[in-house]
Amino acid sequence: MNFIDNPRKVRGFEKHIKVEKVTRRSILKGLGVTGGFVLAAPVMSRQALAYETGAGKMPHGVVVDPRVFVSVGADGIVTIVGHRSEMGTGVRTSLPLIVAEEMEADWSRVKVRQAHGDEVKFGNQDTDGSRSTRHYLIPMRQIGASARTMLEQAAAKRWGVPATEVKAVNHEVVHSASGRKLGFGELAADAAKESVPSIEGLKLKDPKNFRYLGKGEIGIVDLHDITTGKAQYGADVRLPGMKYAVIARPPVTGGKLVKFEPEEALKIPGVEKVMQVRGWPWPSKFQPLGGVAVIARNTGAAIKGRDALKLTWDDGPNGKYDSVAYRKELEEASRKPGLVLRKEGDADAALKSADKVIVGEYYLPHLAHVAMEPPVAVADVKGDKAEIWAPVQSPGGTREDVAKTLGIPEANVTVNVTLLGGGFGRKSKCDFALEAALLSKELGAPVKVQWTREDDIHNGFLHTVSVERIEAGLDKSGKVIAWRHRSVAPSIASTFAAGTVHQAPFEIGMGLVDMPFEIANISCENPEAAAFTRIGWFRAVSNIPRAFAVQSMVGEIAQATGRDQKDMLLELIGSPRIVKPNVKDLWNYGEPQDSYPIDTARLRKVVELVAEKGEWGRKVPKGHGLGIAVHRSFVSYIATIVEVAVDDKGKLTVPRVDTAIDCGTYVNPERIASQIEGAAIMGLSLAKYGEITFKDGKVQQKNFDDFQVVRMDDSPVVTNVYIVPPGPDTPPSGVGEPGVPPFAPALINAIFAATGKRIRALPIGKQLEA
Amino acid sequence: MIKVKINGQEQSWDGDPDLPLLWFLRDEAGLTGTKYGCGQALCGSCTVIVDKQAVRACITSVNDVAGREVTTIEGLHPNGDHPVQKAWRQVNVPQCGFCQAGQIMQAAALLMDNPKPSHDQIREAMSGNICRCGCYQRIENAVHLASTGV
Repeated sequence: MNFIDNPRKVRGFEKHIKVEKVTRRSILKGLGVTGGFVLAAPVMSRQALAYETGAGKMPHGVVVDPRVFVSVGADGIVTIVGHRSEMGTGVRTSLPLIVAEEMEADWSRVKVRQAHGDEVKFGNQDTDGSRSTRHYLIPMRQIGASARTMLEQAAAKRWGVPATEVKAVNHEVVHSASGRKLGFGELAADAAKESVPSIEGLKLKDPKNFRYLGKGEIGIVDLHDITTGKAQYGADVRLPGMKYAVIARPPVTGGKLVKFEPEEALKIPGVEKVMQVRGWPWPSKFQPLGGVAVIARNTGAAIKGRDALKLTWDDGPNGKYDSVAYRKELEEASRKPGLVLRKEGDADAALKSADKVIVGEYYLPHLAHVAMEPPVAVADVKGDKAEIWAPVQSPGGTREDVAKTLGIPEANVTVNVTLLGGGFGRKSKCDFALEAALLSKELGAPVKVQWTREDDIHNGFLHTVSVERIEAGLDKSGKVIAWRHRSVAPSIASTFAAGTVHQAPFEIGMGLVDMPFEIANISCENPEAAAFTRIGWFRAVSNIPRAFAVQSMVGEIAQATGRDQKDMLLELIGSPRIVKPNVKDLWNYGEPQDSYPIDTARLRKVVELVAEKGEWGRKVPKGHGLGIAVHRSFVSYIATIVEVAVDDKGKLTVPRVDTAIDCGTYVNPERIASQIEGAAIMGLSLAKYGEITFKDGKVQQKNFDDFQVVRMDDSPVVTNVYIVPPGPDTPPSGVGEPGVPPFAPALINAIFAATGKRIRALPIGKQLEA
Repeated sequence: MIKVKINGQEQSWDGDPDLPLLWFLRDEAGLTGTKYGCGQALCGSCTVIVDKQAVRACITSVNDVAGREVTTIEGLHPNGDHPVQKAWRQVNVPQCGFCQAGQIMQAAALLMDNPKPSHDQIREAMSGNICRCGCYQRIENAVHLASTGV
């Protein structure tokens, strides 16, 4: 792990905090922590942010209310609420750390409390889209500053001195003129009586006095519990009288149960009951697929019981889904014009008149998330009340869906958010929690629904499958004058609306129509593709196929014209400028263009940085090669260099990875590095092995033996991470997802450099062995 | 009635002797630190130590460990300060953390067998344990640190 900048310096906060008068909303109730006091402060409006983000447009927007997020006990313990879901990004530490920083709390005397699902109270809780720091850096600072100001005012009154003479420092308030000090705990009761400072009067800390932000010296709050087995994931919840359930679901999405014979299952020791689970018609959104549940005294018995069930299914409308045939359909569709989404100049004419046309047709298959913790949830439904414990990325959405599914008011549903044993987008869909709720209601007892790994792979919400076809037209000098990119893939929207054949704005905005190259004639098109299984968000989503196609094509153009990959890339990116694609209502990760434009200066910068630090052009041993790729996603900029080694039997290893990221102003560089290290491994997994295929409507893979992921012995030997120091007015941007997309194309470009073989279809599988 | 010693405590089981140890630990004995990840000994999340050897609890029956000593993550060290655990914290290994109990138990077993493993020996010994978050670089560093003194 390397940082090019001094992580102690996170500059510029003072400049981009602009505070304005805001409309007050009703102050929400505090948490009622015993012996604590709660702070009251105005709820923020978006106008009070120096840069606007899309946070306010999320469901239920942003709540900036210290009474909701902070309490101080008489014992001095500061409790800060983490309202986003922890799936490994470190967010449960990072956001409370921002509050602690700004309120001068000593982190060793801070406790983090996980919020339940309640978006009216906490604001939006959807932990996806690499949004948490981007949307909450400033609100969390304001919450902390409000708390600090109230503690300072209370101390000033106690001593009878002007508030300007006192200062909160490391968990106490100090009057330096007299040398007096009072701890936060001693001030808690008085501070609670203080009036709430107005946002416009809030003084935020000078970043040069930061103790925690930007430094990366604080471990995650769950570190000790994780290493001792005490951390509680969804799978670990146990309630008195709880039953254990596994469910046999339709092997084909949209299929229905015709008949089930429970007799053999009921003979298994420990099995108590076999019951049908309601399913919803295709496309079923996040609703359960239905099937047959086996209820037992432990999970092992439930699994054994399920194996003994005799089941008859009607496979329904998707029973003919076949990945081999579907790939041909996608390829054929990509060779014909499709819905034009971006048009600049005349790409058709320019391609006709071009001196040379390079065509790349890239295929990327379905992927499964396979988080180490398969979907699991516990529900306890009593009468018209429901309590859920689940590892969900969508605590608010889960609460809404449980209420709707059970037909009870949302106020009667409590969603307790456990740690997530990985998420990657799978746990944004709460079908597993809904299954538990339905079963608990019918059983009249608490129940845990455990998905097996096979269930996870067979009945997931898969990453889409796509063909990306790019045609690049070059003039005599080798300059690219035309670019036509057709993307054909079933849309996530198909899971919500029958008959969907075009990709949604949020999908086409992920590397298709926002393509940043400086080319005179551009056409981005989307031919039709229907869906035959559940498609869902997978870490980085459509950026995976788009970055793969675009960055592979850069390598192909360099290859065809005999130029260096990096030079070719910089030439295509072109001059430093703000790219404004000719696209109606361009989707920009939900963010306003003013705060988060497509900035080619930043794109160039990460390429140049990774080239310098990653020693682009260095001599590598025979059989090794270097590849490079860059991609903007989740409004961050990331460039990766991969060194690959391919031996004479085609065995591929990765000795070194270098990645540069510009994610604007950041909180925890240590967790940024861990996300990027992990993204390289996820990128390598999908490039090397990742493929879910269908035959007769059924997924053909079942577990980690035939849906492989990278293990330690074939993981990159070293991954170096370089973080671009933020400029003074740079808003924070995404970290969790953007590391994934550039990895695979950098790898594929490296393989070409090493072997002269150009891979256009993933996974690589045995393609190098021939 | 099957008797088995878990983390130094005698436990008994009179249910299905074929019940995988994993589910006995988690659902019957309430030791949830050992995780389910695949059920087929493919991912290592359920790794426990039986008489000084790392085993996958998902394919080991309660009957298989009758009369033997099982150590789970909860029993590795009374204060959680086994050198491997300390090294893990020093290197900030975990992301989501779900696989880490299995990784730590595997690493502890490796060091019992080979106190100074090489780079390649660590990578080989740990490759039965999948981490989907991709913490491998740090796991390797932590095992190395634990083997050289934390």
